[in-house]
Amino acid sequence: MKKITKAMELVATSRIAKAQARVGASLPYARAITGVLTALASNARIDHPMLTPRERVRRAGVLLVTADRGLAGGYSSNAIKTAESLIARLQADGKQPVLYVIGRKGVSFYRFRNRPIEASWTGFSEQPSFADAREVGQTLIKAFTAGADDVDGDPGEDGVLGVDELHIVYTEFKSLMTQTPITRIIGPLQVEERPRSEAAPGALPDYDFEPDPEALLDALLPKYINTRIYAALLESAASESAARRRAMKSATDNAEEMIDKYTREMNSARQAGITQEISEIVGGANALAASGSEV
Amino acid sequence: MAQQLHVQLVAVEEKVWSGEAEMVMARTTEGELGVLPGHAPLLGQLAEPGQVRIKLPGGEQVAYDVAGGFLSVSDRGVTVLAETATPASAAQGS
Repeated sequence: MKKITKAMELVATSRIAKAQARVGASLPYARAITGVLTALASNARIDHPMLTPRERVRRAGVLLVTADRGLAGGYSSNAIKTAESLIARLQADGKQPVLYVIGRKGVSFYRFRNRPIEASWTGFSEQPSFADAREVGQTLIKAFTAGADDVDGDPGEDGVLGVDELHIVYTEFKSLMTQTPITRIIGPLQVEERPRSEAAPGALPDYDFEPDPEALLDALLPKYINTRIYAALLESAASESAARRRAMKSATDNAEEMIDKYTREMNSARQAGITQEISEIVGGANALAASGSEV
Repeated sequence: MAQQLHVQLVAVEEKVWSGEAEMVMARTTEGELGVLPGHAPLLGQLAEPGQVRIKLPGGEQVAYDVAGGFLSVSDRGVTVLAETATPASAAQGS
């Protein structure tokens, strides 16, 4: 028992380091693409459907990131709880939530309660790759684009019910001891637009665009969303491993304590047995000696 | 030739290459492009599949096959953003 939990603790520890390294490795790209988008948004005046909030939000997509395996303390259930409160809030606002779930734990939670899941992905919660994130991203972007022409629960021209908003619930890795589930809006995107007058001189030069800004934005935004999802997946993976490490550590400690306690109990039981035997033997010998001397 | 370009090639999962270079050559959706130091700021989508060639100060050249890439030129240097970037076979240098 103790060996198993100890092994899982060690595996989780090494996975945290790995996941953190991958978070670090993905940062240069995330920073670069954010910079490019900011430059684009500040230089061109464009109303892209993925940037503008919809007037009426009927359906809101919720992407929930949970674990594939259990034994990670409250990791998955905390994420689910956060998603549930988000869903409740959406419903109170008159929006219909549409669920997208990553991780077997989240899927089984909603399956068990017979609640519909629009789409789900499993099998990569601990070690997500960018290909996984892209797959998720494509589905979400498709739904978001399809939602553009929906009118009051009517599928609209394209005949597909999409979503008007995209939320993501994932677990932020704060430190080895704290991981907090958070919700973020990823659609419509909020790109920081810096008016040129406020920017430091030379920080935002006039860009040439190849091809034109609209086409560029079209190509860049989905990639940006994928990057955001990828970052969320990586953080969740780190959090999952950290939560598992902690759970396994306390399990190991408990096992140790139990082993200690039972070893002590066993020893004292054995000692009591020995003591009893000795006193019986001594008593018997004394009795024999007493009876022998009488003869 | 005192001026040099600061070049970064980043893929989603990691930073692939960074350093100083004399010139960066790439093909955008609009056409072949060579970036020298002092180039005007530019944002371009790279052609698919594309190759990015970086000419080093020593006259050597490194090349990467890039998928889903963007090229950003600013006064700070050149950044190539890619979904994936793999070293191209060196024999193909132009």
